[in-house]
Amino acid sequence: MNAVISKVRQADEGRVRAVTGLRSRWSNLPKPWRFAVVAAFVILLYSLPGLELPIISTPDTDFNSVLFLCAVYVLVAVGLNVVIGLAGLLDLGYIGFYAVGAYTVAILGSPNSPVVQKFPWIVCVPIAIAFTMVSGVILGWPTLRLRGDYLAIVTLGFGEIIRVFALNSTITNGNRGISAVPSPGGDWPSWMSWFPGIDAGTKIFSITNVIGFYWLALTIVIICMLGVRRLENSRVGRSWLAIREDEDAAEIMGVPTFKYKLWAFAIGAALGGLSGALFFSKQTFINSQSFDLFTSILWVAAVVIGGAGNQLGVALGAVLLAYLPERFREFADYRLLAFGIALIVMTSFRPQGLIPSNRRSSELKDRAKEVTVGE
Amino acid sequence: MRQTLVRVVGGVVMSALAFGGATACKSDSGSDSAAGGDCGYKIAFFGALSGGNAQLGINIRDGAKLAVDQYNEKNKDCAVTLVEKDSAGSPDQAPPLAQSLIQDTKILGVVGPAFSGESKVADPILSEAGVVIITPSATNPALATNGWKTFHRGLGNDASQGPAAAAYIKNEFKATKAFVIDDASEYGKGLSDQVKSTLGSLVVGSAVVKEQQTDFSAVVQQIKSVQADAVFFGGYVREAAPFLKQLRESGSQAKFIAGDGVKEEVLVTGAGAANAEGAILTCPCMPGEKAKGTFAADYQKATGRAPNTYSAESFDAANILLNGIKAGNTTREKLNDFVNKYEGEGVTTNFKFQPNGELDPKSVQIWAYKVQGGKIVADKEIEQG
Amino acid sequence: MNFSFVGDNFLSLTVTGLTQGAIYALVALGYTLVYGVLRLINFAHSEVFMVGTFTTAVVWTALGYGVNDPAPGALGVVLLVVVAMLAAGAASGATGLVVERVAYRTLRKRNAPSLIFLISAIGASVALFETMGALTDRQPRGIPVLLKVKEVFSLFGASVTNLQIVIIVSALAMMVLLDLFINKTRLGRGVRAVAQNPDVAALMGVNKDRVIMLIFVIGGIMAGFASVLYDIKVGTTTYTVGFLIGIKAFTAAVLGGIGNLRGALLGGLLLGVVENLGAGLFGNEWMDVVAFIVLVVVLLFRPNGLLGESLGRARA
Repeated sequence: MNAVISKVRQADEGRVRAVTGLRSRWSNLPKPWRFAVVAAFVILLYSLPGLELPIISTPDTDFNSVLFLCAVYVLVAVGLNVVIGLAGLLDLGYIGFYAVGAYTVAILGSPNSPVVQKFPWIVCVPIAIAFTMVSGVILGWPTLRLRGDYLAIVTLGFGEIIRVFALNSTITNGNRGISAVPSPGGDWPSWMSWFPGIDAGTKIFSITNVIGFYWLALTIVIICMLGVRRLENSRVGRSWLAIREDEDAAEIMGVPTFKYKLWAFAIGAALGGLSGALFFSKQTFINSQSFDLFTSILWVAAVVIGGAGNQLGVALGAVLLAYLPERFREFADYRLLAFGIALIVMTSFRPQGLIPSNRRSSELKDRAKEVTVGE
Repeated sequence: MRQTLVRVVGGVVMSALAFGGATACKSDSGSDSAAGGDCGYKIAFFGALSGGNAQLGINIRDGAKLAVDQYNEKNKDCAVTLVEKDSAGSPDQAPPLAQSLIQDTKILGVVGPAFSGESKVADPILSEAGVVIITPSATNPALATNGWKTFHRGLGNDASQGPAAAAYIKNEFKATKAFVIDDASEYGKGLSDQVKSTLGSLVVGSAVVKEQQTDFSAVVQQIKSVQADAVFFGGYVREAAPFLKQLRESGSQAKFIAGDGVKEEVLVTGAGAANAEGAILTCPCMPGEKAKGTFAADYQKATGRAPNTYSAESFDAANILLNGIKAGNTTREKLNDFVNKYEGEGVTTNFKFQPNGELDPKSVQIWAYKVQGGKIVADKEIEQG
Repeated sequence: MNFSFVGDNFLSLTVTGLTQGAIYALVALGYTLVYGVLRLINFAHSEVFMVGTFTTAVVWTALGYGVNDPAPGALGVVLLVVVAMLAAGAASGATGLVVERVAYRTLRKRNAPSLIFLISAIGASVALFETMGALTDRQPRGIPVLLKVKEVFSLFGASVTNLQIVIIVSALAMMVLLDLFINKTRLGRGVRAVAQNPDVAALMGVNKDRVIMLIFVIGGIMAGFASVLYDIKVGTTTYTVGFLIGIKAFTAAVLGGIGNLRGALLGGLLLGVVENLGAGLFGNEWMDVVAFIVLVVVLLFRPNGLLGESLGRARA
């Protein structure tokens, strides 16, 4: 048994070497080449609904819907990564922001909500983003002065408060929920009908054909990932890094830690709100059942397992979280159990995540060396 | 290295335990009932087979499965397949399943969706594609008001169950002070609102309980302080059982009545037989043993269990679809016309649908069940109006 | 807001709140012990409690005490409670130990950051409750009624029942025993030493691994005891029972000052009462909201909880 474990470890280390090797080779590639590879990958992502891929597509459920779900989860993970991976703030109630974004769109846009004035989708979404950003600041202002674990329990409470409010308030229609959540309009033009599954003249964003929603979500994901990447390498990103590594030292070095933590919270919240708005535009119906804390905790797990701090890593974690349960529907009851065991095994073998951020994994190595006496 | 070994072994043991336990509990997981001579038509079951609400879904699936098996026995040359879509009862999971269902053009009709929440997201999709829907269990009245052209409900909705429970409180309990509780769920709140509006001024107080709540001291105190003599609980058994226990232990003798979500044996075991004695449970479902014909015996033989909540309704729903297919209605459109015009006797009641998909009010029956000597037994059919 | 109701029933609501709070406090001990020593949130502790709730049901059934049997006499009650506490304490303690070995030890050896521990513990939590879900067919399970509940005395109009006395008194007894254990015994001194400074404690010859195992087991035993009281009070359990109680108990621990044993007691009792009064005042559905808002307010004014952190200095 021991031999097996060390063999697995060795294989894994080999894989890590290969990945690191790949990474350095990748950064040595000339820029046009890198651009070409990325472009090819993006094109592949866009064409997934049209390719009838054998093993990958989901036999028991609609593949395009699963792709859409993956894209939304990636957006969630990108947002949560700003909070957890970059700024190092543990937010267990992230689903609260997702809910705020989703409900804003539903309440402002649906004819079945108690609010009388109605807005089209394209107006609702920016309002939803702004609104979640504000809610992030409102939550962050009093609580970001708290340290690590205290923050975790307070954010958990926030997530629960939002859910209870959605369940019992009249503006959300309680658990009867709000139907006819708006979605963007438009029909497929005839020049798009070459793509398999698209009929010219039908609605782009319909409940029966999710390709339009998937492409929209994918586009938003790509834009947000690029945006966060820019942030990461800016002054803001470096401040986050400093805060994550050592908050006191950062403060002494003149980083206004509270301000940047608040920024991380607000940006993370905005992305969470955007993903909620997006998901429920497709869903067309919203009630509080979708916002349980457990989902929120699974998201945190996906981010950490994917590799907190690395956008590709968290995206992979999110895709696995969304995709695997749908792909393996035949195992019904055991999917969550397998997930739990996977978490234990993964943290044991790869605490740095599937695709770790460079800095984080070196940090882990340092910590391992610092093991205290008596071990 | 040793601690890693422990982790790995621990994980393996945990999983082994779970798999072992679960396989022991689940014997029949066969999904497709098709035999030879398949001419390709399918009907689908849509509802929870996993997750916290699975038991109800399994009752429904087994009822439908029995109908399909009996049909295939008689029509060996043209067997029909039952497709199972496990939504876990979650509105989030329902739309992709509904989409995959409509893409299979051989699926003509659906028994389900089982719950009202998932119905709200799945039914518009199914309806747009023309798939015939007969739900044997989703009782939210609003479902029939959306103009979904293929929606049918094979039993009475909350709007008939609520007033029936209220009538029982008025006429049988002869209560003068009623306290109404709901769990804020779509189902529980819908039911409680009906009870409240029917009882009117008899209602002296109300409260909302939380999902998974186990300590009801504040609510019980409220009931005692208004001296209610009847308590209606709109919700599910998980909360109702501890609530009833704590109500009785506080010394309150208020009569207890609840909807079909509480009609489960665990009410008696959880609250204690003495505490649960005399509790009334309403249900738009007839007692399984009173179902006509040999249904109860057949069901017992096929599954090893007595028919439970909604099994008979789902058996009927599946049979209506199967009758339509047998009569040659082998497109979704034709089958929908057939069901719209359907008139016939099932094991639970006489089926005839109104234009909005609701069952003809004359066919709706609400039964009262009663906890007696630690068992839930049929009490009587509640007279409407 | 219903001031007159709360005003009229203030004492009743307080007594019932204390009963629930006593259970929170016992579960909170597990969080506080682990946090005090390791500075980690043991997310799987809620499932340690959950295992206990089922153990009682299984043991009583095995003893031939079924769900429909009439409540036994005084001697029978004591016997059944003692057996249940032994069994549930053992089962929960063992679960705590398994959690430590499976989800914590390797990571501890690698000195992993606390986020990784959290994820590993979440994994253990999911695996445990899903396993129990599969074993119980995901159905709620009824537990035999133990006590014929009756009013023992009346405190200014608030009735106090035998059930409430049993729960509050046994919880308090448990807390006192644990407090004595930590403060007076050799092993307890070891725990405090590791909590204060693990490195120095190790240099002084304290076996850190054993101390850590010990706190997981003690926390588990306390959760097991809490689960018996919970079973007697509530009468049903499901595989998901741990999550909510766990969050509440953790809140209680933070409220009182996580890492502080007496803080867990204070936080638990306070949370139980505040919740109950809040439910009376604003309506039962806002109970959790009241609890969390109180937590945030307390943390704003006392960032380390009411009694402050630190297991090591609990005595001072």
